[in-house]
Amino acid sequence: MSESPRRESPLAGVGSQPVVGDAATVRLAERPFRGQLNLRGDVASPTFVDAVTGVLGGPLPVQPNTVADHGEVRIFWLGPDEWLIITPEGAGSDLKTVLQKALEGIHFALSDVSSGQTTLVVSGPDAGSLLSKSCTLDLHPRAFAPGQCAQTLLAGSTVLLSRLDRAHGPEFELVVRRSFADYLWRCLADGAEEYQPA
Amino acid sequence: MLQIDCPWCGPRDETEFSYGGEAHIVRPSDPDATSDEAWADYLFMRTNPRGRHAEQWCHAHGCRRWFNVVRDTVSYRIEAVYRIGGQGPGGSHDPA
Ligand SMILES: [Zn+2]
Repeated sequence: MSESPRRESPLAGVGSQPVVGDAATVRLAERPFRGQLNLRGDVASPTFVDAVTGVLGGPLPVQPNTVADHGEVRIFWLGPDEWLIITPEGAGSDLKTVLQKALEGIHFALSDVSSGQTTLVVSGPDAGSLLSKSCTLDLHPRAFAPGQCAQTLLAGSTVLLSRLDRAHGPEFELVVRRSFADYLWRCLADGAEEYQPA
Repeated sequence: MLQIDCPWCGPRDETEFSYGGEAHIVRPSDPDATSDEAWADYLFMRTNPRGRHAEQWCHAHGCRRWFNVVRDTVSYRIEAVYRIGGQGPGGSHDPA
């Protein structure tokens, strides 16, 4: 009688169809199922820094509100001793095992938060305008450039916001709590309606 | 709304923060040896000044760090922001 467990995006049903089509100046999408690890440790400890750098192939971002890309792995600064590591789908648990092994005997904390969060993508020429309807940060590229990130409020929910460096125009990623994904998607879709071609 | 300068993230809206009451309250190091009066003083008694107040804030929707703020309770003007363990104006600081 038992069914094998099946994973499901928090936007199953809502997010499977892009609300705004390709011709629109704002597009919404979800990047589900990526590996997400929360790492905490002391950057003043060379053993911690060396072990993490060795595994990730580059240093952790230590400047507040910045992102580091090492290959396909993105690392977000969350706090002076806290980072979010995002991997492609399926790569999270392997990276966790490798990191755990490399950090053995060192003071650290590593938690797999993959199933607790998902990523919304807002792109297109009006992406910044859409987000600015419900976020008070200055999202002009002069103030919020690729490589920067911010944990802030969007329509009243906590989000981790970042701008991606894309040739085809603005693209923002929003890492959001699973339980807020549906609400935020509906908020953004509602706000995006005015950008839809008539 | 206040704009508060998080010592890590920079200026953000007050809605991203939560308030943590008066700063620099020292917990008695040996509660068993502390009189009821001194313990009650530690738990409940606050200075509640009219004017300059050293207080704790947490950047709850941002970096989730606690820090200290000196704010004027009349004008609401924020005079200084400093990290836990850091030195505030007039030498105010957290217990070692
Ligand atoms: Zn902050």
